Amino acid sequence: MPIVLYRVDDRLVHGQVVIGWGKPLNLGFIVLLDDTVYGSDWERDLYRMGTPPEIELRFSDLAEAARQHAAWRAEPANGIVLTADVATMAALRQAAPPVERINLGGIHHKPGRTPRLPYVYLSEEEYRSLEALQQTGTVVTAQDLPTTQPVLLEALR
Amino acid sequence: MSDGLRGVVVAHGALAPALVQEAERISGLTGILRAVTNEGGGREEIERRIAEAVAAEPSVVFVDMPCGSCFFAAMHLARQTEGVRVVTGVNLPMLLDFLNNRTLPPDEVAARAAVKGTDAIRKP
Repeated sequence: MPIVLYRVDDRLVHGQVVIGWGKPLNLGFIVLLDDTVYGSDWERDLYRMGTPPEIELRFSDLAEAARQHAAWRAEPANGIVLTADVATMAALRQAAPPVERINLGGIHHKPGRTPRLPYVYLSEEEYRSLEALQQTGTVVTAQDLPTTQPVLLEALR
Repeated sequence: MSDGLRGVVVAHGALAPALVQEAERISGLTGILRAVTNEGGGREEIERRIAEAVAAEPSVVFVDMPCGSCFFAAMHLARQTEGVRVVTGVNLPMLLDFLNNRTLPPDEVAARAAVKGTDAIRKP
């Protein structure tokens, strides 16, 4: 499975992703799945600045991701799909399954969210959405770095 | 606050206050640099903290890395605030240069700081 990580992280491309996960996973590409970033030349340029040259950064909106997901999974290089929020990852899973595992890597405070871990804040709606994904076959865990222990979704209740 | 630009250091964890403290200790110039941490904040919260530190004054925002929430928050704020410039890869030499040249225009101060910071990276 060349998509080796499906990660929800509102920082999108940053050090934990390109270094913390990127090195041990021997990443060849990152798919940044975000409708806003996809439509903004300015934001795309900024994210390119933060990506090392050995990792290919691709931008996608949900419609493109639904079309390309199977092809990404069939590539020989290892890849990550990154979304900034739970809703976008859930939408990908709905539009173009399968997504076997979801990694919650960084979801920070916003009104309506409560702390579940120092790096994971969730609203009740987000939690229920993740619970529904898990009940239908996607394993959801929180883990900021590969060197830390994954935390099961049930522990974030 | 004396005349000249404000300096805002934005970095992961405890790095920003440490850099500000040591830049002040070396230069003897205090009350010019402000520290902003990313601790416990997402991009919007970090941008709010930077905006509070900038206080709508002409400023140079020094960020630790050219990626991640600190960087995006700083760039987003700079895009919509006149007279705010961003320099990445913050280190002590660039902060010291800033402190001693902060009466120059923001573009010039930011460009100088980037050169000084880069020039300090050597392999003797």
